Amino acid sequence: MSNANPLLDVSGLTKHFSIKGGFPIRRTVGAVQAVDGLDFQVGEGESLGLVGESGCGKSTTGRLITRLLEPTGGKISYRGQDITHAGRKQLAPIRSEIQMIFQDPYASLNPRQTVGKIVAGPMEINNINPAGGREARVRELLEIVGLNPEHYNRFPHEFSGGQRQRIGVARALALEPKLIVADEPVSALDVSIQAQVVNLLQKVQKELGIAFVFIAHDLAIVRHFSQRVAVMYLGKIVEIADRDDLYGNPRHPYTRALLSAVPEATVDETPARERIRLVGDVPSPINPPTGCRFRTRCWKATEKCATEAPPLVQVEGNKPGHLTACHYPETADTVPAPRLSKDPEAAA
Amino acid sequence: MTSTDQQPFLSIKDLKVHFSTEDGTVKAVDGLSFDLERGKTLGIVGESGSGKSVTNLTILGLHNPDSTTVEGSIVLDDQELNGASEKTLEKLRGNKMSMIFQDALASLSPYHTVGIQIGETYRKHTGCSKKEARARAIEMLTRVGIPQPDLRVDEYPHQFSGGMRQRAMIAMALVCDPELLIADEPTTALDVTVQAQIMDLLKDLQKEFGTAIIFITHDLGVIADIADEVLVMYGGRCVESGTKKEVLRAPQHPYTWGLLSSMPSLDGPVDVPLNPIPGSPPSLLNPPSGCRFHPRCAFAEKVESDLCSTERPPLEITDGRGSACHLTADQRSEFFADLAGSPAN
Repeated sequence: MSNANPLLDVSGLTKHFSIKGGFPIRRTVGAVQAVDGLDFQVGEGESLGLVGESGCGKSTTGRLITRLLEPTGGKISYRGQDITHAGRKQLAPIRSEIQMIFQDPYASLNPRQTVGKIVAGPMEINNINPAGGREARVRELLEIVGLNPEHYNRFPHEFSGGQRQRIGVARALALEPKLIVADEPVSALDVSIQAQVVNLLQKVQKELGIAFVFIAHDLAIVRHFSQRVAVMYLGKIVEIADRDDLYGNPRHPYTRALLSAVPEATVDETPARERIRLVGDVPSPINPPTGCRFRTRCWKATEKCATEAPPLVQVEGNKPGHLTACHYPETADTVPAPRLSKDPEAAA
Repeated sequence: MTSTDQQPFLSIKDLKVHFSTEDGTVKAVDGLSFDLERGKTLGIVGESGSGKSVTNLTILGLHNPDSTTVEGSIVLDDQELNGASEKTLEKLRGNKMSMIFQDALASLSPYHTVGIQIGETYRKHTGCSKKEARARAIEMLTRVGIPQPDLRVDEYPHQFSGGMRQRAMIAMALVCDPELLIADEPTTALDVTVQAQIMDLLKDLQKEFGTAIIFITHDLGVIADIADEVLVMYGGRCVESGTKKEVLRAPQHPYTWGLLSSMPSLDGPVDVPLNPIPGSPPSLLNPPSGCRFHPRCAFAEKVESDLCSTERPPLEITDGRGSACHLTADQRSEFFADLAGSPAN
């Protein structure tokens, strides 16, 4: 599903954080290869889900898109304009169009500012004066997110976690953005509140036509919210597809393992899904494995996997737009990995 | 949870834990009762302010005696723990009963090696030498699946990954082969694949040693995986209990039903909004009158008069199955019938 004119077009996106060390003179001794060559697009009004586990680089990707970080390689185009290394002045008009919602509702709101000031903040910084005044606009935003506009003068600590997250959403909407990067927007919330905020984000997306990059590790929530989903592992996209294709026909072993590890609140006599157990931990992004980065935990890795990094392509049997990076993609009848819980070193 | 001739291994009766604060009394746990048999796993489901963590800290006697009032009875293997001396509790903690906490990085000392921390518990309860304690620590690390345990035993917690730290904490909790293990959200902060590994580990260990486990979580999927019996807590009270199958397939309380129907699944419909539970968890300083869930309950209006806001619904338990709700049995069958298409039994 490649757009002729995508809202956001990312190619070869790379971010390496250099590690300094050495004595007596400090120099660069290595790099954390947090994000290493990502290609994806987001169309207008579309929602792209970015899933993966800790250390896969999804949060870093979110920060690169919003240019809170500058890439060390690759290209980011927003509406056809190259913003990869754009300076502050160049970015200023675009910043209002790309906004962010953060994970921690307790850390992302200034405790010393009232809610009104927080939500009006983006307008003040960008010298934007909506017709009718900023206060009226803030009250309108509070209503859109389901908060009482009368609470304009309250402070963040007077609100619950879910309400604080709504304030974060109101703030992100203040400048009428075209794209919102939501970095784990519901992970820190109680389960009974998560659904409230997810519904709010969906309503916002549908009514205001805002595109989303939805970063999360909860596969069920990502499925609910996104039309297209990319799975990341150790700085790379290992699989990307339209939602139904990814969840219905996962071809990459890691995607399979991830899906099978999600505990479901059902009690059946016969288990509906085969459980795949990955052994070991995620390797360090400072020294990622050669070739395919997933090979150290993959039950069918061969020599080829260590020498050749598999390209992200539409492998045989995939629908168009469904790309997988694996030399031996899973098929519907592939036998899943055996349980190796007692032998963690087996897949070395 | 059916008792035969023996008493259950762990028996909590009418537990009340109140904290006195500047703003008033916080009724964190307000009349909780449950039993647990050896070798079984009780899953406690609850969110912020449900009282689940306070319950477990109180069982271990880790509450602050100056500001906390504990009423009711906590009987472990025929021994009353409420009111027991600190000396008695010390002998039991880490030995007969132990706990795994949610945040391993915060719960492990950054200044001591993992081996020292695991060995410390062992030395305290067995009086063995440092050498023996180290050997035991290596044995435990092997048992929980840490690779190269003889090298890792001398490392510090920050050198371990999140999943490994959690395993190290499990090793520490199990070093004296406890008969009761309390796990307070042990996998919430972990990735889903690591969570699956840890759950497998706990299940294997329970099979091998017959440990009774109390597993606290807000994740009903995790409950479905690991629990035998389930206790749902809300606002410091039990609102529903039963076997895993009973509670997850045919919930009898609007809160349980609300949790189950608000969760997106991996294969349900996508283009319909989720069904959240409106509102937020209650304040325990000024809890709602009557049923603590009533301000958020979709069915409170179906109950005649204002029973829900005036009277606390009694928790009626038969054979371990029960719930605290003013709705009649018929009403529950009708309202909770369409949970994922499965009929309420």
